[in-house]
Amino acid sequence: MTQLEGVSSADVPAVARPNHAPGRSRVCDTTGLTVCLRAEPLIKINAVFGVVALLIGGIGAILIALTRWPAVHLLPAHLYYRVLTLHGVNMLIFWIIFMEIGILYFAATVLLRSRLASAKVGWIAFLLMAGGAVFVDWSILSGNADVMMTSYAPLKAHWSFYLGIVLFAVGALAAVGNFFATIYIAKRDRTYTGSVPLVVFGAIAAGIIAVVTLLHGALVMVPTLLWSWDLMAAPDAGWYRLVWWGLGHMSQQINVCAMVSVWYLLGTLTTGAKPINEAVCRSAFVLYILFINLASAHHLLVDPGVDAPWKIWNTSYAMYLAVLASMIHGFTVPASIEVAQRRRGFDRGLFGWLFKAPWSNPGFAAMFMSLLIFGFIGGITGVTLGTQQINIIAHNTLRIPGHFHATVVGGTTLAFMGLAYYVVPLIFRREYPLPKWCRAQPYIFGIGMVIMSLFMSFAGSYGVPRRHWDVEFSGAPLPAGFDAGAHVMLGIMGVGAVFAFIGLMMFILLTVWAVFFGKSNRGQPMRAWTPAPAKLADDDHHGAHKTPGTMALVLLLLFCFVVYYFANWKALADVWHVR
Amino acid sequence: MSITSPPANWFQKPTGGERTWLGLAIAWCLVLSAMMPYWHMKGKQNSTGEAYSVKPLDFFSRVQRFEAAYKVGEMNGVAIVQPPPGSDIYLQAMMWQFRPILKLKKDQTYRLHISSLDLQHGFSLLPMNMNFQILPGYDHVLTITPTQSGEFPVVCNEFCGIGHHLMTGRILVED
Repeated sequence: MTQLEGVSSADVPAVARPNHAPGRSRVCDTTGLTVCLRAEPLIKINAVFGVVALLIGGIGAILIALTRWPAVHLLPAHLYYRVLTLHGVNMLIFWIIFMEIGILYFAATVLLRSRLASAKVGWIAFLLMAGGAVFVDWSILSGNADVMMTSYAPLKAHWSFYLGIVLFAVGALAAVGNFFATIYIAKRDRTYTGSVPLVVFGAIAAGIIAVVTLLHGALVMVPTLLWSWDLMAAPDAGWYRLVWWGLGHMSQQINVCAMVSVWYLLGTLTTGAKPINEAVCRSAFVLYILFINLASAHHLLVDPGVDAPWKIWNTSYAMYLAVLASMIHGFTVPASIEVAQRRRGFDRGLFGWLFKAPWSNPGFAAMFMSLLIFGFIGGITGVTLGTQQINIIAHNTLRIPGHFHATVVGGTTLAFMGLAYYVVPLIFRREYPLPKWCRAQPYIFGIGMVIMSLFMSFAGSYGVPRRHWDVEFSGAPLPAGFDAGAHVMLGIMGVGAVFAFIGLMMFILLTVWAVFFGKSNRGQPMRAWTPAPAKLADDDHHGAHKTPGTMALVLLLLFCFVVYYFANWKALADVWHVR
Repeated sequence: MSITSPPANWFQKPTGGERTWLGLAIAWCLVLSAMMPYWHMKGKQNSTGEAYSVKPLDFFSRVQRFEAAYKVGEMNGVAIVQPPPGSDIYLQAMMWQFRPILKLKKDQTYRLHISSLDLQHGFSLLPMNMNFQILPGYDHVLTITPTQSGEFPVVCNEFCGIGHHLMTGRILVED
């Protein structure tokens, strides 16, 4: 029945039964999972709108990158700031959240074999989100909202910008509510027995964080909207920043949860990996829920009005438990793959399991590169820049987008791309064209992103600001500028961006082609990305849970982390004294 | 499997490599956390967020008085002021300039007040790459000691409208 190692009918307990009405479900020809036919079109439409936002944001990305590459300096100033606003909103909010809503629906219905709580709520939520997104994009493109994604008050946009964001957030909140209602129905109807699967657990964590995030969004955006209608005084600038980042950074934690869930999902689908210890993986998700709000404070570390004890406490809550959570997943995900690979007989040396991994499967390649980029670049830089005092030599420089392009793009976006190589064949039931191009795509995108985010970071170390049109400051009353090194960094950053953009366009063209014109695979299993792997040996196979390769990888990560972290303290110690 | 319900006895203590890594990661996270209070007490570079509420117009008049009292020259139409070491000094941010130009003494400590008359701005001192946030309504006080002499550009690094990239200032430090 199955060529996907992760699923077999033996795993499904006999007492649990799906709760679909007759004719409202289908059995997947590849995995044997039950797909809710009322959730399926919602999963599709959210994914499609996600990809549309990705396309808009992607066109914005290349225009911005070619403007910040000093030798090219493509756009005029006003268009640069406009396109930068467009890029941020479409990538960080629309692309990611549309995809996440699709993932939540998938996790609650397909993995729990439940019907969707309400198709009507699902469609209303989608229309609100889509309408909000159109409103915002129209507002930006018509020149009414050149305010960046953060729209820091008292910088003021046209009311349509704020209204669009509010509509989108309300829609997303309704969709998350629908997700939780579905979980409730599944539990009530006993469509599964025991605990929910790990991927669903991660999705629930993402859902909980999403609710808290979106409430922050309402708290900050509603007064701002009223201000834009002249019904309220301007919000206090410090207050706005504090609450906005409850939305702004927490929303990125929805991404982290969704991305880690996708790592586990793709690990299972591509190598048959199974978490070594579910308690450890689940506890790590709980740590995200409880402690992730600390990252919101990372944006206020050099702000006036919040004092040092506040900053120090809210940066770490005394022990960085959310960082611990990511470090745990950074071990458990590759460890589960190592165990599965070794049980298949790829047992040679420290890294035999990794070299023999299905690298020609774009789902696996995207997932594993996402893991490496998120951990080695995004994670290490993020924790370092989010250290209270080190933030002095990082705040609002290109080091910040250098960090989050490694987490949100090299991490989350790349993981979601890997997911698409399964979503399109399994949910849209269409095959991707040009398999060789598909196999190459994650590498081109991933390597481009690595170059771009690293050199963005390096340029930031010279003090090059983010969100800035002209590093030459030509025409400024008092001259300023950067030495040649910074220009070289920006140039290499531009080259990386071009690579990443090519990878992105390959992804979008291949996916759009597959969705609309791809060969249908109805009635048969999806075409395997790699030949069927060898069967897993028995669970009690000698040495089944030895993970020396993963241990070597995480020790390397820790080494890089320690070196980068203390190098930054050293750099900080060299600047002027300030209190 | 990560996509099917786990066996009933899934709640197990971590063992082997997982346990070792968990211990290492917790230890490292504690080091990360401890570094901040340590630096707050022993380090020379801290952001204490000292701030006072101020109306933009009041801040503007303080800057005017400060300029009038200590003006020693002009550069490209911007006043250069040389305040006595140890005093309260002012830097005003507005779309799209910083004023005045500050002339300071190396290794002397000043209480630098920065605020904005309009939008949010960023104080970025180059080439050291020291960055602080400037908010309207907040008189942000940095107790600052230049440790190098020379001419140091100040640039705005918080987006503040179409002329953002033209917003520069200057700090001069003498031995």
